Amino acid sequence: MNKILDSIKDELKEDIPQFKSGDTVTVGVRVIEGEKSRIQLFKGVVIAISSGSGSSKTFTVRKISNGIGVERIFPFHSPNLDSITVDKRGKVRRAKLYYLRNRAGKAAKIKTVLN
Amino acid sequence: MVEENKIEKNKETIEEVKTLVDVETEGAEVQKDEAVVESVSEEEIPVEKSEDSKESNSAESAIKESNVSKDEKMDDKKEIEDSAYLKLPFILGTKLGMTQIFSDNGTVYPATVIQAGPCNITQIKTIEKDGYSALQIGYLDSKESKQNKPSMGHFKRCNSKPKKHLKEFRYNNFEGIELGDEINLSQFSIGDLLQVTGYSKGRGFAGHMKRHNFSGGRASHGKNSVMRKAGSVGAGTSPGRVWKGTRMAGRMGNDKVTVKNLEIIKMDSENNLLFVNGSIPGPNNNILYISKVSYEG
Repeated sequence: MNKILDSIKDELKEDIPQFKSGDTVTVGVRVIEGEKSRIQLFKGVVIAISSGSGSSKTFTVRKISNGIGVERIFPFHSPNLDSITVDKRGKVRRAKLYYLRNRAGKAAKIKTVLN
Repeated sequence: MVEENKIEKNKETIEEVKTLVDVETEGAEVQKDEAVVESVSEEEIPVEKSEDSKESNSAESAIKESNVSKDEKMDDKKEIEDSAYLKLPFILGTKLGMTQIFSDNGTVYPATVIQAGPCNITQIKTIEKDGYSALQIGYLDSKESKQNKPSMGHFKRCNSKPKKHLKEFRYNNFEGIELGDEINLSQFSIGDLLQVTGYSKGRGFAGHMKRHNFSGGRASHGKNSVMRKAGSVGAGTSPGRVWKGTRMAGRMGNDKVTVKNLEIIKMDSENNLLFVNGSIPGPNNNILYISKVSYEG
């Protein structure tokens, strides 16, 4: 397994910011429309970071868009992932925040940690 | 196009010659005429060709010649660069495991990483000596103490270190191939289609459901002890026995499995690593026989 990791090391990104479940992040996704490409922003709460390693590691971001919950799964090392910025640090007691799916409004709010 | 024109012109000249011959040899036999025509045409055609090319297409031909010479030079250079390694369309390797590879547009490919080679040629089998033509290649060095005397003799004959794995591939173009030559990934390039053969994972003595995808019995409605049973294996008094080949429980796995049309999506020639799009039979560290899907020779 280490040989595989070494072999694809040059394809993996190194400048990924540190964040955890419960943090609010803004993800810049490269969207290709015909020949043009633009950056689309997706802002929401990180509800899970996958247990994958190397190029298969992903994270899930959940947001409420027009009253409808939307979740997107991003691979950390995808070339279409342009940027990740951490907006807020959340205080949570779980690694996977799937319980947020069953909550709405104020109940789905996460306490923020002030740095 | 130029060549076609030449051929047409030559045909015309042949016809002219024919008429001439007819005039000259009146009353002679047809067969003789034909023979004369053939001989004449053979003699005259090359002359006509050269004249035509000189007169009409001298400038064009010069340009073409220069292009051709350039191409030839390029080919020579390539040959010199690549000639350091043998170009054989097969190799032995080890399955390292699977990972994901991103393409430039973000598509993820499931990739199997293969440690392929380096291998050495350990035997050249010819039709004269062995009845068929093939190359035997060896992979992974082994200790001398692990080999017996006959096999050590085999390796000494081919100037190679003792190898753990030997495998023959049918091949009949032995130009420039010598015993002990090293094979690496230089014969492969990204986009090539490979076929990979290996032994699948052994499952031991497996039941019907696992081995033949039978459905098993009901789990509810008062059924006990039939949940993983196969049911009936045949009729009654006629035939009075179970047909041969009836699918039943038994040894499963550890079969020789070949997967074809696996595309190379990435290569690391420094470390002899092949990244292939798709999965490959067997566990990690499995020995694999890798070859191009279709190769001549």
